Order: sequence, then structure tokens, then C-alpha cells
Amino acid sequence: MFELLGMSAGMLALFVGFGVLIGILFGFFGMGGSFLVTPALLVMGYPSRVAVGSGLAFVFGTSVIATLKHRDLGQVDYKLGVSMIIGTTVGLEVGKEIVLYLEELGLAGNIISVTYVLLLGGIGLFVTYEALKGGDGGGVSHDVDGDADIDADDIPELAKKIQSYSLPPMITLRGGVKVSLWMILLVAFATGLLSGFLGVGGGFIRMPALFYLIGVPVPIAVGTDLFEIMFSGGIGSFLYAQSGGVDLSIVAPLLAGSALGARVGSAATSIVDEDEIKVYFGLMLLLGALAVAVRQAGNYLGMGVLDYVSLALILGSALMVSGAVLYSAVKSMRAPASTGSSTAD
Amino acid sequence: MFGIETLSGNAQAAALVGIVLVEAMVLYVGYGALTAAVGPSVRKAIGGE
Repeated sequence: MFELLGMSAGMLALFVGFGVLIGILFGFFGMGGSFLVTPALLVMGYPSRVAVGSGLAFVFGTSVIATLKHRDLGQVDYKLGVSMIIGTTVGLEVGKEIVLYLEELGLAGNIISVTYVLLLGGIGLFVTYEALKGGDGGGVSHDVDGDADIDADDIPELAKKIQSYSLPPMITLRGGVKVSLWMILLVAFATGLLSGFLGVGGGFIRMPALFYLIGVPVPIAVGTDLFEIMFSGGIGSFLYAQSGGVDLSIVAPLLAGSALGARVGSAATSIVDEDEIKVYFGLMLLLGALAVAVRQAGNYLGMGVLDYVSLALILGSALMVSGAVLYSAVKSMRAPASTGSSTAD
Repeated sequence: MFGIETLSGNAQAAALVGIVLVEAMVLYVGYGALTAAVGPSVRKAIGGE
């Protein structure tokens, strides 16, 4: 049989196809890489070191591509990104220490799983509720001019309060948002703490945090989040590669597929309605929370079959949400008398 | 693979990350060129023009 990179053509096609699916979600939401890849590789029988390491290397490659794409659209705020990296790094370290302490007490596994489900589900519910409540008003325009001021009505109430603390130095972000550096570092520390504690990339925490807590418009929140993931993914994959945890025969085809998907996904952010984006994001988080809960229940009850149910939920929701993104994008492009929003590709 | 097995631990890890980075850049440029070439006709076809 035809072989490339040491694997069969069928497996190669499977990884490329899976990559396309993940790429659409990653390009669109700025999250979804390790969240989807690592569990899939684990269920396929790869050792956890390879599943996590290859997942991180894949996230690194995908975020490089998606960041370049968002940069072309003017949706990356480097000042915010670098400030976030500093705060997040400290938070990650503290989060890791908490996990080590809980492991000593023998409580880590259960507390982390419950926190993961509550957080993922809570954010999912909140984002879905806000998007549905918002109707067709109150959203932030996707065609953001990096230097233009955004409408005050578009900024969430909590973000307005955080922006009102004028503790110097103050930073002016893209979209005209002015906020104290200390507030950014605090938010970055909190999101870093959570992602270090939960052992995840943290895109699903950071992206909503940038919007709801700092008031950064969603497209810039996505672009800046990707910029940060690029750094954490690069460092993480280097650390795993040192112990042979990065398998190029997995990463290369996944990346080839996801590069195409990410192009489609990030182009769709400029076409699809803001509130629809938030509904999809919320639904995906809710299904993700359910998948983690099912997996945890499987571990507790000793039912291995629930691992597959959990994987099916993750893959099913990814397929459904990426399909919905594509459907909305096509629908918007076909809509008569379009408002003339610019598209990426 | 790619002749990096002979490198030491850290160098091999850096080479692996470098390969992923180069692949990502090549894919970005390659798909960019592809999109520029066929993107307008695809958009027209989807938009029903």
C-alpha cells in the first residue's frame, strides 16, 4: 500500500481531513486545537506523551498560520499580546504549583475535572445566553478598523468597569480601548492560573476574558489570543520534543489540512454575524463540558466505552459547529444587498 | 525522519519545532497563492453571481 511519512494513505487522508475540520474552528474561534487533537490521539492508542506533545506541536503550527492570517486582517494587538504573555506565564507557573500541591493531597484529578466541567459549561452558558439576549443589536462589528474607536454600547458592562480603573501606566489598545496595564496583567494572570491548573491551552478562557473583562473587540481578541497561543505552543512542543513526544508523521498531515481550514475559518470571521459566532462558541463549550463529564463518569465507573462516547461528542460537536460556520458564511455571502463587509479570501 | 535523528536531545527538539514552523510558513504562503488564484471564482460561485 502507498505509504508516506511512515503511515498508510488512508491514515494520512484521515489526519488531513481531521486537520481541515479543526482548522476551521481554530481560525474562527482562536481555540480548539489541543482540546480536540489530544483526546483523539489518546483514543487512537498513541501514548499520552506523544498525544500531548504532538497536539502542542500541531497547535503551534496552526496558531502560526492563523496569527499570520489575523495579522493581515489587522486583528492582532501586539502590545496586548506581549502584556498577556507576561501575566499568563506567571499565572501558569502558579497554577502548576497548585496542581502539584493537590496531587500530594491526592485530590488533583477530581478537583481538576469538576473545575473543568463547571468552567467550560459556565462560560458556554454565559456566552450562549449573552449572544441570544443580544438579538441583532449590541454586537461588535467584525470589520474592525484597528485605529477606529469602537461604540461605547459595544463594550460589556464589566469591561467598562475594569477600564474605569485608571491605574498608570495606561495602554491604548486597538479599537481605541484604553485600559490600565495592571488590569491586563491581572486578567492574564487569572486566565494563566486557570489554564495551568486545568492543563489546557486556555484559548477558551482567554478569548472571552479579553472581550468581557477588557472590552477588546471579538476579532482582535481572537487574533491576539492566537498570537499568545503561538508562543505557549512553541515552548510546550519544544519541551515535549526533548523527550520524543512530537511525532511529525501526525503533525505534518494534520497541519496541512488545518492550514486550509484555518484560512476558511478566519475568513469567515469577517463575514458571519457576531452573535452567531458567540452562539456557536457557547454551544461548542457546552458540548465540550459534557464530553469531559462523560469521560470522568467513565473513569469513575470503570466503563471504557464512555471514552469513545466522549470522543464522539467532541468530534460530533466539532463537525456540527464547523459545518454551521461554513453554512453561515455561505448564507451571508449569498444574502442579497449585502452590507459590503470585506472578506479575507 | 528528515535526518534529524542524529542530533542531540535539545538540537533535535529545536529542529522539530523549526520543521513545524517552516511547514506552517510554507503552507501559509502556498495556500495564500492558491486562494489568490482561485478565491475570486470560488466566491463568485458561492455568492451565486
